[in-house]
Amino acid sequence: MNELTAAELLAAQVQGASALEITAAFLRTIHERDGSLNAFLHVDDEFALAQARAVDAKRKHGDLLGILAGVPVAVKDILCVAGQKTTCGSKILRDFIPPYDAHVITRLKQADAILLGKTNMDEFAMGSSTENSGFTITRNPWDLERTPGGSSGGSAAAVAAGLAPLGIGTDTGGSIRQPAALCGIVGFKPTYGRVSRFGVIAFGSSLDQVGPLAHNVYDAALLLEAIAGHDARDSTSVDRPVPAYSRGLDQLVKPLTVGIPREFFSDGLDAEVENAVRVALAEYQSQGAVLKEISLPHSSFAVAVYYLVATAEASSNLARYDGVHFGHRAEKFADLLDMVARSRGEGFGAEVKRRVMLGTYALSSGYVDAYYLKALKVRRLIKDDFDTAFRQCDVIAGPTTPTAAFKLGEKTGDPLAMYLSDIYTIGANLAGLPGISVPCGFTKNGLPIGLQLMAAPFEEGKLLQVARMFERATDWHNRRPKVQAPG
Amino acid sequence: MSPYRTIIGLEVHVQLLTRTKLFCGCSTKFGLPPNSATCPVCAGLPGALPVMNRMAFELALKAAMALNCQIASLTKWDRKNYFYPDLPKNYQISQYDLPFSKAGWLQIECPGGAKKIGIIRAHLEEDAGKMLHDEQGGGRDSLVDLNRTGVPLLEIVSQPDLRAPEEAKAYLEEMRLLLREIEVSDCEMQEGSLRCDANVNIHIPISPSPVASSFSREPTASADRIQPHGTPSALAAGSRLNVESTGAEGETFAATPIVEIKNLNSFRGVERALKYEAERQFQEYQQKLGSVWNVDPRSARNFAGSTVIPVQEKRNGSLVMVAKATAGWNEKRGVTEIQRRKEEAADYRYFPEPDLVPILIDSLMLEKARAGLGELPAAQRNRLQTEYGLSPYDASVLSSQGRAVVAYFEQTAGLSGDPKETSNWISNEVLQTLNDRKQQIREFAIPPASLAGLIQEVKSSGLNKQRAREVFAEMANSDATVKAALAKLGYQVVSDESQLREIVRRAVAANPKAVADFKKGKVKAADAIKGAVMRETKGMANTELVQRLLAEELDAV
Ligand SMILES: [Zn+2]
Repeated sequence: MNELTAAELLAAQVQGASALEITAAFLRTIHERDGSLNAFLHVDDEFALAQARAVDAKRKHGDLLGILAGVPVAVKDILCVAGQKTTCGSKILRDFIPPYDAHVITRLKQADAILLGKTNMDEFAMGSSTENSGFTITRNPWDLERTPGGSSGGSAAAVAAGLAPLGIGTDTGGSIRQPAALCGIVGFKPTYGRVSRFGVIAFGSSLDQVGPLAHNVYDAALLLEAIAGHDARDSTSVDRPVPAYSRGLDQLVKPLTVGIPREFFSDGLDAEVENAVRVALAEYQSQGAVLKEISLPHSSFAVAVYYLVATAEASSNLARYDGVHFGHRAEKFADLLDMVARSRGEGFGAEVKRRVMLGTYALSSGYVDAYYLKALKVRRLIKDDFDTAFRQCDVIAGPTTPTAAFKLGEKTGDPLAMYLSDIYTIGANLAGLPGISVPCGFTKNGLPIGLQLMAAPFEEGKLLQVARMFERATDWHNRRPKVQAPG
Repeated sequence: MSPYRTIIGLEVHVQLLTRTKLFCGCSTKFGLPPNSATCPVCAGLPGALPVMNRMAFELALKAAMALNCQIASLTKWDRKNYFYPDLPKNYQISQYDLPFSKAGWLQIECPGGAKKIGIIRAHLEEDAGKMLHDEQGGGRDSLVDLNRTGVPLLEIVSQPDLRAPEEAKAYLEEMRLLLREIEVSDCEMQEGSLRCDANVNIHIPISPSPVASSFSREPTASADRIQPHGTPSALAAGSRLNVESTGAEGETFAATPIVEIKNLNSFRGVERALKYEAERQFQEYQQKLGSVWNVDPRSARNFAGSTVIPVQEKRNGSLVMVAKATAGWNEKRGVTEIQRRKEEAADYRYFPEPDLVPILIDSLMLEKARAGLGELPAAQRNRLQTEYGLSPYDASVLSSQGRAVVAYFEQTAGLSGDPKETSNWISNEVLQTLNDRKQQIREFAIPPASLAGLIQEVKSSGLNKQRAREVFAEMANSDATVKAALAKLGYQVVSDESQLREIVRRAVAANPKAVADFKKGKVKAADAIKGAVMRETKGMANTELVQRLLAEELDAV
């Protein structure tokens, strides 16, 4: 049961399977295998089973069912769920229970999906390996000594390992696509504004976007369809109709021009990854697509721009965790200032502190022009690069990550090396574009490799179709890791 | 003549008359139980996002238009970052470098005539909560009430154009009148819906001018530069005014360091605090000049056409500018208390608020705001003078009472045909009665037609003022018309000439001393005889007729 895709689980229920047995099967798998992975932070069996029973009751009564009826979803612990712990991977929110649902959670409930539990993540989504979690380190199902990527590493690992058929992640600089690539699954980051951020604990507000993690493009399209759309509570959410992405997915995009940025195939790109991606591009060519070399001349500044913009916003977004109104408060303190300083000092991990300091510095008087404001200008240039590129091609293709999954601990001592693992994904966040990572091969060590495709804003439909063209011709997405129960 | 001139700039915060907060749906009602008007958004809970209240923006637009401001076509929100427990997000959503309005003015009435006070900018921002410090527990526990957090505020920053504490008070009164008239704010200082911080320093003439030329000047290009936040120093404004300056021809002044007075909670308090502070600065200047403070011509600046040299402090052998200070106003003791010198400006790390989209202000929004303005007080005062021939003072008295009273005046004046008398009646009897009864004009018992009737009756029958007031009181008490009130009081004006002449003759005969005095040229002596006539007729004699008959009879003696 736990090997099935969302589409197969929906079909199985039409054939007589119950949401309850499906949910129970996934819960069982979680209890068997998650000891090896640590993908989940909290699993509430009773809550999940109650939802499943409710779906079965609805079906029995002949009520109209949502598009994800009875399909379990693993949700990154960055999305607020009313009455349930939402920690954002941080000790500072260890006991935080929000009084409201994130918009995405509301939509999942409306779609009759089953919320299995909350998955591990880098603290406040700051990281690329899930090693920055304040609670535990998540392991890659393909190799337990390696990282699943991050920051949505918990959701990606859960889907890859069959602990959940669908996962919800957030992507600020690649946090959905990078772990999807490293875990051999599909990860989709929608256009900025396509999915409401209401109830998503903010990291970099102008970059954050919620999106699906799934076994294949169809499942990702289905989940996107369920969560996308306008929400009056998020001013940056865009009021545009949501196409039925899952329908018409097999339509071929013809003619199709695939842009290949020459900057994505330079230093630092692993040879095995490059080879797999080039083979994938050849597949498009064999299906009649035109491959066109393009240039994104400012892409070399993307990482620098990102670490100024995202950290500046984060330094302000995270100011509210002061021990005054909610969250962790230090036990002993001298005065108000000391209370705030100690609460933050105890509650935040090293990477969060590093980024809050970096962002505070970038906004400080005397430095703001040279750092934050200059970064905004370069961000504009990066966006212009993409606009120019999309006048020449339908999608941009390249590797999702420079390497396959790296070893746990390999980059924790070198933040800059860690930051570079997002080098190809950051551009889409800075420009607000939709991007997808689909499995496109394996290294000789058996580690998955991801192909990244990006499209112009709100071209989600076309992007999914192009991704599906590749997926249909290949078998990479059907491979599953063998995860042993902890011995 | 004061030995110095006072330079004042005001920073006013008014709460907009919206039902809900600026970025969430919580109530803005005053006096609710602590923390009852809160939600995840205004409490700053993780994941909550702000959504702009359009009504607040419309009200702010109206206010900016009424203040003759330039309205931006695009405006945005910014975050002002600072840690304080009454600010749950630890940043305030405000406007920094693209406020929705700037460069306006407010006309105030001063003893020397009307004066335009420049407005540097007006922008929208959210209010903070209220800290409740537990004094009994030795200050150990502090509580915070977030009801006020997120309430929409309009911050209006004036140029340092006010030259006296009285002008500051007049500015605030005019601001309150204006914002109430256009229903933007109720401006209740007691409830905190109008708050005011005052920046003040003084200029002391020094002569002969120690410098003839070569003082530093900002390029004129900076004239339009917006001072993000806070009242700019008088010096910065001086550079703004460079453009209109006539150069070094004017007088030369020494300028004391600017003091920002906070905690001002009444208009009277503003005036008193400024008076006290200006005098305190003058004394400080006299004490410190030559010992601690120096006036160095090399740091001379231009301020509104005159040369101004800010005092400097000797420190480690060199001269340094004295930083702006913050002071609190102690209402009880009637003194300002200097709290701190702002040696280093606070770094608020402003940046664009990524959770809100910029606002495009189109012509439709502008038209809507303009349509909602109606006639503004300054224009109304002018019209009352030109259209009704009222004096500036009378026009100002009526205008200050708001539109409803002016409308009442205009209706009554139209019916009575005598605007001056109508204005007198309203400014005195009507307003007094309303005040005594704590009534609004719309609740007033005498409709314009009845008051006009009384004014005409006085004119035609010669009813004297004292009796007319009694009739007025009767009308106000019993909703009676003039006729009914006269009948009820049994008042019948005696206008029969022969009857009155008889009474006048008797009075003349009974007052030989007064007659003799009158004949000697003491015109006033006739009043005694007139008084006798009025006593005789119980005040009901036609005043004008008595006047004529008395003149004739005295002539005949
Ligand atoms: Zn609220």
